[in-house]
Amino acid sequence: MNKLETNGAGTRRARYLAVFIGLLVAFAVLTVWNINSGSVRIPVTNIARIIFTRQGDQTEYDIIWALRMPRIITSAILGGGLALSGFLMQTFFGNPIAGPFVLGISSGSKLFVALVMIVALRFVSYVSSWMMILAAFVGALIAMSFVLLAARSIKQMSMLLVAGIMISYICSAITEFLITFAQDTDIVNLHNWSMGSFSGIKWSGVRISSFIVLVSFVVVFLMSKPIGAYQMGESYAQSMGVNVKRFRVVLILMSSLLAGCVTAYAGPISFVGIAVPHLIKMLLKTAKPILVIPACFLGGGVFCMFCDYIARTAFAPTELSISTVTALFGAPVVIAMLIKRHSAKA
Amino acid sequence: MSEYYFRTSDLAVGYNGKTLIHDIEINIRAGEILTLIGPNGSGKSTILKSITKHLAVIRGDSFIADASVNSMNYKEPSQKLAVVLTERIKGELLTCYDVVATGRYPYTNTLGLLSPEDREKVYDAMRRVNADDLAEKDFTAISDGQRQRILLARAICQEPEIIVLDEPTSFLDIKHKLELLSILRSMAKEKGITVIMSLHEIDFAQKVSDKIMCVKGDVISHFGTPDEIFREDIINELYGITAGTFNIAFGSVELPRPAGEPEVFVISGCGSGINTFRRLQKENRPFYAGILYENDIDCQVARSLAAEVVTEAPFMPVSDAAYERALALMKKCDSVICTGVPIGETNRRIASLIEAAKGLGILQTEGGTEDLPEG
Repeated sequence: MNKLETNGAGTRRARYLAVFIGLLVAFAVLTVWNINSGSVRIPVTNIARIIFTRQGDQTEYDIIWALRMPRIITSAILGGGLALSGFLMQTFFGNPIAGPFVLGISSGSKLFVALVMIVALRFVSYVSSWMMILAAFVGALIAMSFVLLAARSIKQMSMLLVAGIMISYICSAITEFLITFAQDTDIVNLHNWSMGSFSGIKWSGVRISSFIVLVSFVVVFLMSKPIGAYQMGESYAQSMGVNVKRFRVVLILMSSLLAGCVTAYAGPISFVGIAVPHLIKMLLKTAKPILVIPACFLGGGVFCMFCDYIARTAFAPTELSISTVTALFGAPVVIAMLIKRHSAKA
Repeated sequence: MSEYYFRTSDLAVGYNGKTLIHDIEINIRAGEILTLIGPNGSGKSTILKSITKHLAVIRGDSFIADASVNSMNYKEPSQKLAVVLTERIKGELLTCYDVVATGRYPYTNTLGLLSPEDREKVYDAMRRVNADDLAEKDFTAISDGQRQRILLARAICQEPEIIVLDEPTSFLDIKHKLELLSILRSMAKEKGITVIMSLHEIDFAQKVSDKIMCVKGDVISHFGTPDEIFREDIINELYGITAGTFNIAFGSVELPRPAGEPEVFVISGCGSGINTFRRLQKENRPFYAGILYENDIDCQVARSLAAEVVTEAPFMPVSDAAYERALALMKKCDSVICTGVPIGETNRRIASLIEAAKGLGILQTEGGTEDLPEG
């Protein structure tokens, strides 16, 4: 018996280690790959010199430091944040297909960011990152409160998702309406953003979004223990000493902050929040938050870097919206998951 | 410290501020088992949920070792009180070991990592409920009986002083019911763990509990030891049993006796009649039974099923009154079934009764009589 115990634990540990190493390797490979690709070909030696010595051809230097690097970091950080936000919402609703996009949280953020930009640009010429994030956060919370309101009267999980999708459509419709009738060329540019993209982010934005997402990640990681208890169900969590009411509020705030922050910079991005946590749990063969949270964060980054690579290069110089690519790779995962769950039940 | 480990005082429970049950006064000592019985929807779960703080109490308070449960924070009860709920455990990709290990939650550090001692306690708890071979199994892939044992192991490794279980035996087959209850019994006696639970099976409640609480309507109808509670009238009233009867001696229930004018008389003794009584009941044929000594096992069953039972006080010779009554009833019948009865010094007249039946030409024998050697 004792031997069996250690064997089981040993295999599990080896699996966890393999998953994390695999993710780190993928992360490194995709970083190099992304820096090395684009409409302008830059030799690898030049890239290395530009990054490590900060010297080289001025045009190449600008492409690397002002365009490619911020974009890589953005996709990694925001992708991680999105996956984490999805994991938190799945925990909260006890539903594997909950996520910021399907529940309409991203669209709520999008609407508020668009609103703030249109209104603010009438009076000032520049909208700060903080204002954008605040607007996105407020939008996420408002959309979330609608979802929660629906959740109170709708006990069926599938109907809750339908409610979320409806909220998402309403928010998107209003956003498109605003953008269509806004004359300002700056606002017309909003159209690209509202479809979702990692492009065009500046270093200041990278710093702010990284700060918010990384701090949130640490907070969420430190919540591993109560999240694990909450996964068993509310009543059990309470009997284990979790202040369930307070915990639920924190969970909502953290997931909305993460979803809002991502949307403020990259617009709504579909399926990352559902597909990545699911893939990670499949790989790890466990749902333990202390492992899933860091793996999700890393996995979300890897997934978005990969999708952004496709978005940039597949039909270069035309860029695809990031949501197009994440949906292409994420939706089949979600469908596979639904089929698997259904057949497991039957 | 009062003599009671767990007590409630003027407790009123309910939902959304509406009182469902009030004046709940529980007093139990450490290591005692209290079982809540009562019909479906009577509020057993509501009381249990209020004790475990899952539901806000309307009025009053509970005390664990004289500490007020109302004024405890969220963490405090978790090291004293463990629960086994009817609610299904959610969560995915959990092995049974993982589920049991969640019992250590109140004792682990900020990140919830288990120490080697914690792990040892998890395995101890699984061994305690004979589930150590399930450790690596997926929690969703095991049977109901196994699941209930795992949940009990989880509660055990929480090292509680008191365990609250909401209908722990539902969905279990008889073997697992017995197993679970005997584990609870030995935990209560060996480790002094106090147990509060609700049960549907009143026969088990009678046998496993130190105290019984009857929950019905808006108050607690009875609270006491099983000896005090398990009386036919209390149980029949508690569950509103009008069809059928509850038998105290066996702690079991019988279906209602057939209605109408009996046409059969059964002569039996020492348990030989039980099967015949039940067969007649199933065939919906009313019957008389006699002459039975009051301490005869046949007499216990006949009282629930026969239209009338002619009885005699234990170890006494059969009296004239009993004999005449039996003969009178027998004469009203079309047939007399004799299932076999040992005839000894005191019940010789039963032999005469059988002779009389023979004389009337209505005797059917199932088993036959057997004369005991004289002297």
